[in-house]
Amino acid sequence: MSTAIPADTTAKFADYADGSRLVSTDWVAEHAGEPGLVIVESDEDVLLYETGHIPGAVKVDWHTELNDTVTRDYVDGEGFAALMSAKGISREDTIVFYGDKSNWWAAYALWVFSLFGHADVRLMDGGRSKWQAEERELSTEKPRRESTEYPVIDRDDSTLRAFLPEVRDSLGTRPLIDVRSPEEYSGERTHMPSYPEEGALRGGHIPTAASVPWAKAANEDGTFKSAEELKAIYTDEAGLGTADEVIAYCRIGERSSHTWFVLQHLLGYSNVRNYDGSWTEWGNVVGVPIVTGSEPGEVPSR
Amino acid sequence: MTADTDAAMTDNSDLPESLVEIVEDFAETESGDRLQLLLEFASELPELPQRYTDHPELLEPVPECQSPIFLVTEVENPEQGDAAIVKLHFSAPPEAPTTRGFAGILHEGLNGQTAEVVLSIPSDLPLRLSMTEIVSPLRLRGMSGMLSRIQRQTSERIGKITGQ
Repeated sequence: MSTAIPADTTAKFADYADGSRLVSTDWVAEHAGEPGLVIVESDEDVLLYETGHIPGAVKVDWHTELNDTVTRDYVDGEGFAALMSAKGISREDTIVFYGDKSNWWAAYALWVFSLFGHADVRLMDGGRSKWQAEERELSTEKPRRESTEYPVIDRDDSTLRAFLPEVRDSLGTRPLIDVRSPEEYSGERTHMPSYPEEGALRGGHIPTAASVPWAKAANEDGTFKSAEELKAIYTDEAGLGTADEVIAYCRIGERSSHTWFVLQHLLGYSNVRNYDGSWTEWGNVVGVPIVTGSEPGEVPSR
Repeated sequence: MTADTDAAMTDNSDLPESLVEIVEDFAETESGDRLQLLLEFASELPELPQRYTDHPELLEPVPECQSPIFLVTEVENPEQGDAAIVKLHFSAPPEAPTTRGFAGILHEGLNGQTAEVVLSIPSDLPLRLSMTEIVSPLRLRGMSGMLSRIQRQTSERIGKITGQ
């Protein structure tokens, strides 16, 4: 981690495995604008940033900027370097992400940045709604950052990301966490409650996956629950225990990024991967096993 | 660089003048500024009249949208059928500006039009707004959801179809 930008010493964060990955709204208000620190807003709603954002914050849109425009994949090393350079972000910069919906999309952006090995990435605890609830300053002025020369770094898909064949091979040997709503998990529906149908031919979950809806990790105000509460939810109730490898998935990989952040950085599981193909892939692939109902189910015999 | 060719290539003669103007505005706006234009529609969306804020149960939810939005279609003198005038009201929270923007476009384009015009709007209207690259397909589908509900409510009010 960069040493230039100090960690937030808020007491709550010290209990997490790597509390330096979180900063508070107070911390952001104090440090925003310092050289070497970039605040990035990443929302589900593509227009929210334009209505007003933390002064100086840069917008990164998951749909138009982090996804490849043709292949179902993320941008490549060159695309990422071009994006970072245009946003005025340097490889050494500390990045603090925040966004709407309890930082759900901010965590997704943070995860994608991590695929490119951007070292010092942090989340603002509570996200946009906490900043607004505290009636802190918002600005509609787009910051003009000087463009940078961000290096071309190959995306590393082997450590933080899981693909379908590995998920299939890990059934019964590695724990899986399904972070979708209970209705999606059981197979009653293939999309989020009150969200549009996004196209999966089968409803249900990957055999053996434990159901832990992503929002369980968040308090009402969007902040993360305490280390102790998170341990109770994931380590104990979901049965992760001392697993050395965990795969999380949801519908398209966004909600599971939030859980990935919790497991990787807040609870310190050493090898957590996000299966971004998630249910829109698994639920459409011919011949992969599926379990319906509220129980995790058994590993199918081959 | 000239603006997008979407509008030039698409025949918009099946749209009322009010919507043609909006479609052309978006097409003629540089793609980087289109979100700003959408934001203007979001901020121009009129407040819900008090008779509805007092009775939210009169509004219909639009579950196709990713954000909570409710709408109601009023038809003045429904006995005039196709010639009756349609009034639209929407309720969408400020933290959902994209959804508000879509509602604002429909309000600007359709409020005060005749039932005949409202019912004639093609379902691919959202795809003609030059926004397919800046707004996810799911979002645009949400706008289609609003339009189809407006049309269904209009048909019901003028007696073309019976409710549910």
